[in-house]
Amino acid sequence: MDEKGLRQLIGEVKRGRVTRRQFIQRMVGLGLTAPLAAQMLAYSGIAQAQAKSAYKPTKRGGGGALKVLWWQGATLLNPHFAVGTKDQEGSRIFYEPLAAWDPDGELVPILAAEIPSTQNGGLAADGKSVTWKLKKGVRWHDGKPFTADDVVFNWEYASDPASATVTIGSYKDVRVEKLDSHTVRVHFPKAAPFWADAFVSTRGMIIPKHLFEAYKGAKSREAPTNLKPVGTGPYKFVDFRPGDMVRGQINNDYHEANRPYFDSIEMKGGGDAVSAARAVMQTGEFDYAWNVQVEDEILLRMEKEGKGHADIVAGGNIEFIQLNTTDPWTEVEGERASIKTRHPLLADAAVRDALNLLVDRQAVQDHIYGRTGVATRNFLNNPQRFRSKNTKWEFSVDKANQLLETAGWKRGSDGIRAKDGKKLKFVFQTSINAPRQKTQQIIKQACQKAGIDLELKAVTASVFFSSDVANTDTYTKFYCDIQMYTTTMTQPDPQVFMDQYLTSLVSSKENKWQGRNITRWRSEDYDKAWYAAENELDPVKRAALFMRMNDLAIEARAVIPVVFRPRVGAVSNKLHAPTSGWDNDFWLLKDWYRDA
Amino acid sequence: MGRYVLRRLLIAIPSLIGISIVLFTVLALAPGDPFEELATNPNVPAEVRANLRAQFGLDDPVTVRYVRWFGSMMNGDWGFSFASRIDVDQLILQRLPVTLFVIGSSQILALLIALPIGVYAATRPYSLFDQIANTFAFIGFSLPTFFTGILFILVFSIQLDWLPFVYRTDIAATGWRWWWEHGKQALMPVAVLGLFQGASWTRYVRSAVLDVIRLDYVTTARSKGLREIAVVVKHVVRNALIPVVTLVALQMPAIFGGAIVTEQIFRVPGIGSLLISAILANDTPVIMAVTFVFSCLVILFNLLADLLYGWLDPRISYH
Amino acid sequence: MAGSILASPTTSGAPRAAERVSPGAEAWRRFRRHRLALAGALILALIMLAVALGPFVWTVPINDIDFAAKLQRPSWSHPFGTDDLGQDLLARMLYGGRISIAVGLAAMVIAVVVGTFVGAIAGMSRGWVDAALMWLTDLFLSLPQLPLLLLIIYLFRDTLKSLVGTEAGMFILIVAVIGGFRWMPVARLVRAQFLSLREKEFVEAARALGATPTRQVVRHILPNSLGPVIVAGTIDVANAIIAESTLSFLGLGFPPDIPTWGRLLYDAKDHLDIAAHWALFPGTAIFLTVLSINYIGDGLRDALDPRKVM
Repeated sequence: MDEKGLRQLIGEVKRGRVTRRQFIQRMVGLGLTAPLAAQMLAYSGIAQAQAKSAYKPTKRGGGGALKVLWWQGATLLNPHFAVGTKDQEGSRIFYEPLAAWDPDGELVPILAAEIPSTQNGGLAADGKSVTWKLKKGVRWHDGKPFTADDVVFNWEYASDPASATVTIGSYKDVRVEKLDSHTVRVHFPKAAPFWADAFVSTRGMIIPKHLFEAYKGAKSREAPTNLKPVGTGPYKFVDFRPGDMVRGQINNDYHEANRPYFDSIEMKGGGDAVSAARAVMQTGEFDYAWNVQVEDEILLRMEKEGKGHADIVAGGNIEFIQLNTTDPWTEVEGERASIKTRHPLLADAAVRDALNLLVDRQAVQDHIYGRTGVATRNFLNNPQRFRSKNTKWEFSVDKANQLLETAGWKRGSDGIRAKDGKKLKFVFQTSINAPRQKTQQIIKQACQKAGIDLELKAVTASVFFSSDVANTDTYTKFYCDIQMYTTTMTQPDPQVFMDQYLTSLVSSKENKWQGRNITRWRSEDYDKAWYAAENELDPVKRAALFMRMNDLAIEARAVIPVVFRPRVGAVSNKLHAPTSGWDNDFWLLKDWYRDA
Repeated sequence: MGRYVLRRLLIAIPSLIGISIVLFTVLALAPGDPFEELATNPNVPAEVRANLRAQFGLDDPVTVRYVRWFGSMMNGDWGFSFASRIDVDQLILQRLPVTLFVIGSSQILALLIALPIGVYAATRPYSLFDQIANTFAFIGFSLPTFFTGILFILVFSIQLDWLPFVYRTDIAATGWRWWWEHGKQALMPVAVLGLFQGASWTRYVRSAVLDVIRLDYVTTARSKGLREIAVVVKHVVRNALIPVVTLVALQMPAIFGGAIVTEQIFRVPGIGSLLISAILANDTPVIMAVTFVFSCLVILFNLLADLLYGWLDPRISYH
Repeated sequence: MAGSILASPTTSGAPRAAERVSPGAEAWRRFRRHRLALAGALILALIMLAVALGPFVWTVPINDIDFAAKLQRPSWSHPFGTDDLGQDLLARMLYGGRISIAVGLAAMVIAVVVGTFVGAIAGMSRGWVDAALMWLTDLFLSLPQLPLLLLIIYLFRDTLKSLVGTEAGMFILIVAVIGGFRWMPVARLVRAQFLSLREKEFVEAARALGATPTRQVVRHILPNSLGPVIVAGTIDVANAIIAESTLSFLGLGFPPDIPTWGRLLYDAKDHLDIAAHWALFPGTAIFLTVLSINYIGDGLRDALDPRKVM
């Protein structure tokens, strides 16, 4: 789909022929994010519908204990040091950002009084600044007032390289200015198409200045508040054991009326996903379990008991297969999979197309992931009027056989195809994870029928995803022919996500394999489009650029998408827990309640 | 004997140092990265990771890091966890009570099962009791703990709904009720571990008693007219205990860090699960601290076992 | 003389000289009379035959994915049922059984041999040799298995792969690693036995008769200290089979599609409530293997025990 198609679709939304939700869903199906889609609509003048709150309780407290299970327990409670979502969630119980992303990609104000926009003057016309008005009357858990000083402090704290915060990416290039006690302005060095990054959502939780001031920079790890958070959130800190348990109790001075419902919260960690699902859906010991990455069959069985159900919310995660464009088996100047080489077998487009035809996404969806993995049609839907070339999603062993046969790959005596003495044998690696191993097996079987031999390799997750320079099994080294994993797109904006295919970021020995372009695929067109998108203020044009980038990468078969991975949680049937695919599970913890 | 103990303790110090060097080197060389989760996060620029590594001294050569670690250990500073950013000794102390309670009880249970059953089965070899005991013992150690754990959960928690299966350290109750709740949730993990351990120990006890029960002095004791139970307890068991003492001594340190699978399944926040999550996260300070304590315990308990041999069998002498 | 008058007439003339029976033959004879040991040997032989020849008889492929036949109970077409991908369990068990049994036995042999060797030397010598060997034992006991595993496999995997091929290389690594972590209890047990046996009268007698230390060990002490060793051996087989599944779960063992018995148990654990057959068969197989090895061990022990009258 191109820009014209996008504008036409937006026109349909304006005329009411396509609903807002349908539009957003289609954009997500095309590989964009809901926040970007919402931004497109806002830019085109389609007003944001006021979300009606589903919160029913009419008084604060009295709900008893809320027990939640995170099978990867939080190990620290300072949001600026959060390693992975588990720590963000632990912190989110106590800390809050200025705004959060709802499931439709709309910004919801939390500590902000309202969402900045061009209409209310919050967003500057030249895109170089955004002004946030803070909510008045908010207090920290220790009683001190929340003011603009805290917001400015967070910027100083996070942007200081000596603190080594993980949120630094969102704060180091901006400048934050205090306008008055409850107004701040964020300045961008150049027009920023995506301004809702600093102080928003997972990287925007605000920590109190008066407790952290003495611990900036290199002393950041010594702050006692690191272990005893004091925030503005619905629950106050009680106890914390890293990896095991976080406890909080009701904050009676919370800045919204009638909230929170529960008197206390307990977040237990450890164990595995299946037993977490059991604890919610079979024994009812817990009310909510995070990220139950379990085969859908097992989930369905448990749902039958009537105590709980699986809560599935669409996000942007996609399980991908990557094809190496370089040769991992030849060493050049001490480096394997160097860009100076070309993969002898995968350089042949026929082989890549054949592999694309051999991924049985339907079987993977039906028998492995179920509702938790929706087969993706190459990122590109086939909306009736807007076709893209060569992007049908198909599974056909016969076609693959044909393709290979005509390209000159003949079957040998062992059933494996070969050409010019080179056999079609690949090493296919992924991390240890039962559904992944099953997917590997399904693909291997299909490939065998087409005369391709796959050797399966499964690497421990902590090694696969590590950045250890000495280890040959990491996914960034890509010292094999094919690999598969889920690329997470929980960032609201695709810009950072799409830099995975930039020439300048090719992973190589020089940059210690820290480069994000793991497939080492290079394309001038892609690079041009990416740089253009970085500076494009019109979200519709930007979206069109992203879609073009998607097309390029997928047509070249640098990647083969397998299934979408929505987020799955296990929820007790009596619990009302609104979740969002674009933010933490706890993004609206204040609104959680239980039927009496 | 006193001199022997003193000598052994003195030797223990350099051997501990030697062990710690080997441990440290293994950890330094093993693949894996404490900051791997940051690696997959596109928002964390590479400089931050590099900064963190420098902050924690990860880029220094192994020898420098070892000396630094050793020096701080001597000063009582057990290190700082990469993953949780708190002091390691705090982490360990938080988990110690639960570990001692759950894992310790399971070892006691194992002994309580193995000793009587093993001895009795050996006094009546190949009888019905012996066959049944043997069969249960075989079943017990042929099935891994992850399996029996899940079986127990399915039966007792899900089908019968008698016992909770997620272990919680903070039960809000007092007095009698607190003990009752703790007992209920500890029952399954203690049983799983205890039965597994007890199964193999039963076999050892039985074999050790069988070895001894045919010896002449037992026949003598019987022919002196002593009651069977006196014969068994006073003469047989004491001499058969040597292998049992060896095993128990070998197993004691495992209380501190060994029951990984059981802790995982029941979410018992013990030191075993701390160790495994530290290993998977490459949180070296925690791994070093736990394994160092572990090796101290190994040396200590093996020394105790050696001393006990001397008491059990006076003919064993030490120079 | 009274003693030489035969009670019944014999066909041959002179009395035959008493047959010289070697201790080995004697032990074998006694072993044969131990019924349970024979039963154990039979069961083990059957199992080994089944896994060695079975795949030639039952030729259903092990990784034939057939979703229509998911999680089926045992039936004629699938005597052991199917797993959640529709793969035939009997074929998988026969194929994986080779690996499991080989790993179990090989690891056990390594653990027992190394352990007995170390324990015997430590138990017989005094002073610094004993101390040094015990230090080594304590070192291995303290080593955290997981990082060491990761390290060893990472270091040696590629060299072994180029030397003997992927599967054989993996096999050697796994057996070395599992066996390498099990010899310490055996060493300590053997040493304890030696410490106590070495002072016993019959050994003293042998010493007085001029037996060299080696002879004392091999002919007198060792056969009497085999009790715990044999028990350890049988427990080790079960442990090794299961340890291999734990390794595979961590990605360090055989590739995840190789259906060793331990791996089958691991895959089946989440489906126990609806597909118990999936776990039942590998569990029973491990149980039977362990049982048979154990009875063989009992028979061995009884056969070698000079005091037992059979």
